[in-house]
Amino acid sequence: MLELDTVTAGYDRRTPVFRGASLTVAPGESVGLLGPSGCGKSTLARVAALLHRPDAGRLVLDGTEVTAWRHRAPRELRTAVGVVFQQPRTAADPRLTLADLLVEPLRATGRRAEAAARLAELAPAVGLTPDLLGRRPHEVSDGQLQRACLGRALALRPRWLVCDEMTAMLDASTTAALVAAVETYREETGASLLAVGHDRLLLRRWCDRTVEWQDCLPAEERP
Amino acid sequence: MADPRTHRLRLWSSALVVGVVLLAVLVVPPLVQLDEQAVDLSRKLLPPSWEHPFGTDDLGRDLLLRCVYGLRISLLVGLVAALVATVVGTAVGAAAGALGGWTDRTLMRLVDTFSSVPHLLLGIFVVALFRPGVWPVIASVAVTHWLSTARIVRSEVLSLRTRPFVEAAISGGATRWRVAVRHLLPAVLPQAGLAAVLMVPHAMWHESALSFLGLGLPSHQASLGNLVQNARSSLLAGYGWPTLFPGLLLIVPTLAIAGLAGVWRDRLNPRRRSELML
Repeated sequence: MLELDTVTAGYDRRTPVFRGASLTVAPGESVGLLGPSGCGKSTLARVAALLHRPDAGRLVLDGTEVTAWRHRAPRELRTAVGVVFQQPRTAADPRLTLADLLVEPLRATGRRAEAAARLAELAPAVGLTPDLLGRRPHEVSDGQLQRACLGRALALRPRWLVCDEMTAMLDASTTAALVAAVETYREETGASLLAVGHDRLLLRRWCDRTVEWQDCLPAEERP
Repeated sequence: MADPRTHRLRLWSSALVVGVVLLAVLVVPPLVQLDEQAVDLSRKLLPPSWEHPFGTDDLGRDLLLRCVYGLRISLLVGLVAALVATVVGTAVGAAAGALGGWTDRTLMRLVDTFSSVPHLLLGIFVVALFRPGVWPVIASVAVTHWLSTARIVRSEVLSLRTRPFVEAAISGGATRWRVAVRHLLPAVLPQAGLAAVLMVPHAMWHESALSFLGLGLPSHQASLGNLVQNARSSLLAGYGWPTLFPGLLLIVPTLAIAGLAGVWRDRLNPRRRSELML
């Protein structure tokens, strides 16, 4: 269970982006968070991904409260949440090849020995052909790069997946391929999903339920 | 933006000059068993000739030989001072930028404190603490030049550490150390490396300035600064070459090293590397 309980967060304590937001994602569930640009969806996604510490409220992940950390959330909890960002260009280290990008989380967590085997699973799962794996981010398209970023998010087999406008930069066919890759992963692992975006049609078709962002808070829920 | 041909021309011309300079300072002194300090008053202030291509100075010493020895000392000062200043500056800047908080505030106030003193004055203070020699000059240049590198590296790290690719690395379980070593340092290396290479000629100029003021190397020891300082009276008497050749040896390697720095910057940038098909 991923639970945000009356969370207040922002980049300046005096003017938070949102106050008192609550959202729950049950195990295995997929939730779409809809809202207009600038309403605070991405900040909420960063809080859910344990990348941004809330100023107030509780964030509970599988029964463990992870609200109060000093510099960053504990590693074992961070790695339980996979994140895909909106813009693959800024989300990929320009010096790494796509192959390095995909297995970087394994290397960072001391599981170097598993890297080759996991790469062989991940690349086809996200639709990356072997000839693309040796290329660097500036040598591939946005869609190919976003596939690699999704692969990186899945590398550690996270129990939670946060997709912050993952398909906003992509064409319809790549969007469909990425959504299919996420769903295949979820079917295999039973992972939960929080998908943030403003494509109402896509999120309603993709997710078990959607939450509409209204009056500065995620409010209306639709089955 | 330079096309690949201009890029190659810049690389090879700069490399040629730097190569010739390095060959001269490394090979000539051990091969030519001549004393660059040997005085021969019967040959003083001879103009350039086949026997003395750079002429002789006011004590009859061969200027070509003294210039080679001088360049050797000046390059040594430049390289070591730039290396020390860059390593210290990068470490301080990266620590300040990556750790933030009180570490950042403390380190940057230290940088501000050093910066508030005119750096020639601070350099003079450092050399005045020791007996004249090469190492006090190196220390003086290094102490006054790590500040700009620290600022450059800190600002780069500050801008990088909020980028999504760093957040993705943190989310993927990277420790602070791994984020710094794997993602931040490689990204700031082009700037730090460029600052280091550009600092070499700058440090050579500082050695020359200190020696010119009589505060650098002992006056009998050949360094480019000492050569220009010793040639001052000859210049006023109408003899140009004792100043011209050490001056040229300061300017030409400076430009060549700056040229190589530009090439290096292009090679460290993955996007430029692809464009140039290096």
